[in-house]
Amino acid sequence: MADAGSMINWGLLALEPPGWGGVLLAGLWNSIQIAVGGYGLGLLLGTGGAMGKLYGGPVTKDLLEVYTTLVRAVPELVLILILYYAGTDVLNQISAALGWGPVDVSGLAAGIFVIGVVQGAYSTEVLRGAIKAVPAGQIEAARAYGMSPGQILRRITLPAMLPHAIPGLSNLWLIATKDTALLAVVGFSELTLVTRQAAGATKAYLLFFCAAGVLYLMLTLVSNVLIVLIERRYRRGMAEPA
Amino acid sequence: MMSDETVSAIALTELPRKESFFKPHRIVLMGIAALLVFSIVWFMRWDWVPKYSGRLVSGVGVTLLMLASTSIIGFLLAVPIGLVQVTGPWPLKALARGFCTVVRGTPLLLQLWLLYYGLGSLFPQFPGIRNSFLWPYLREAWPYGVAALTISFAAYEGEVMRGAFAGVPAGELEAARAYGMSRFTLFRRIWLPRAVHRALPTLNGETVLQLKSTPLVATITVIDVYAVVSKVRQETYITYEPLLLLALIYLCLTAVLVVGFRYFESKIPTRGA
Repeated sequence: MADAGSMINWGLLALEPPGWGGVLLAGLWNSIQIAVGGYGLGLLLGTGGAMGKLYGGPVTKDLLEVYTTLVRAVPELVLILILYYAGTDVLNQISAALGWGPVDVSGLAAGIFVIGVVQGAYSTEVLRGAIKAVPAGQIEAARAYGMSPGQILRRITLPAMLPHAIPGLSNLWLIATKDTALLAVVGFSELTLVTRQAAGATKAYLLFFCAAGVLYLMLTLVSNVLIVLIERRYRRGMAEPA
Repeated sequence: MMSDETVSAIALTELPRKESFFKPHRIVLMGIAALLVFSIVWFMRWDWVPKYSGRLVSGVGVTLLMLASTSIIGFLLAVPIGLVQVTGPWPLKALARGFCTVVRGTPLLLQLWLLYYGLGSLFPQFPGIRNSFLWPYLREAWPYGVAALTISFAAYEGEVMRGAFAGVPAGELEAARAYGMSRFTLFRRIWLPRAVHRALPTLNGETVLQLKSTPLVATITVIDVYAVVSKVRQETYITYEPLLLLALIYLCLTAVLVVGFRYFESKIPTRGA
């Protein structure tokens, strides 16, 4: 058996081929793109969903309840498979009905869509809790000033609920970055899948999986630093949490 | 750290209440839902279900076995991980914190593949391991799945237990000390039971999250219910029906977990509840 020093071939991580470092970084870039896109889409869906759940009509409330219940009870992996196949299928049928022929859905768009739909349900729940923490008197005062619902949302509800929402939303961001790994199962070449391909090609499994782990960990730690800064900015003027 | 609200935002922890369930618009909605279910049953292909029913049931069994074993072992590991972060010497504290940070900062799928492909390719190189009594197990996939899921649960629940240990009122611990209890008696009689009591509400959400993580073990060839459904899809070329059934199965399992936890929580006496 060789000694440990020569067992690790660091050259495999070189950025230029035959090293796989560049491939890993490209995978990380794909993961970040999907996480950012999916998280953003999720925030949009979540804001709409939270408003619908709090102020919508009875039918809207029930339909949103079904949406959040299903997403919170079924594994992300299963949801991603269903949304991935159903999403591309529906898109193809729409385009066929319009006479455009089959469309080639990019993996990036499909990934952002599935992560976004899953994140949308999570952030619906987080934002709903945060909006409920805004004192009702403030919203009533805004209404008494004659603000339209859009103005109330933009001027009062969103700024006042943000400090309550940030801890939950920052957790959802971390979950989004880690959920991108699940897209490896549908064959999108994000960080986890390219790591597996690199490891399979070179048989240096431990080296590559540890390298990818370090990349994910760095993403998380950098996010944590930014989250602390954002939290400090939006909590200014508020009492420290007990 | 994930708060209680965040966990219940990503894992279902309560079911709709029975009171005031029937409202006029709900009857219309339920009619539409019934129509949808009927058309799914009628127009989609379900002839494969009887053929695979046995394998599906055993797959559900494997999923539940994975969930139960990893949650229980993970919780037992979480107690010391949480405790040393509150009261331990600094090397242990740093170690426990580092463990939680690394495990919570990387995707479970990556950890699973690291254990299965990484360690799995490393072990055969050591004759000592190949000749040990563990080798027949280490050649299977499930020990790696159990290990990865256990580690993940221990890290997430360890954070919860840290908060729970730190949150036990200092007066109660001082009272126990004033009674002359030794450190171990104090831990066994006061600190641990009170901390577990405080951590119980999050346990529901964490367990549902763990259930939602179990299908990942199918990617390392453990035959759980997800793997059975993947097999059905490969053999019959049916895209959607097996996935819909799978979602339904997980929905039912989550509901059973939530009902079970609510039953146990109602058994625990709390003042004013």
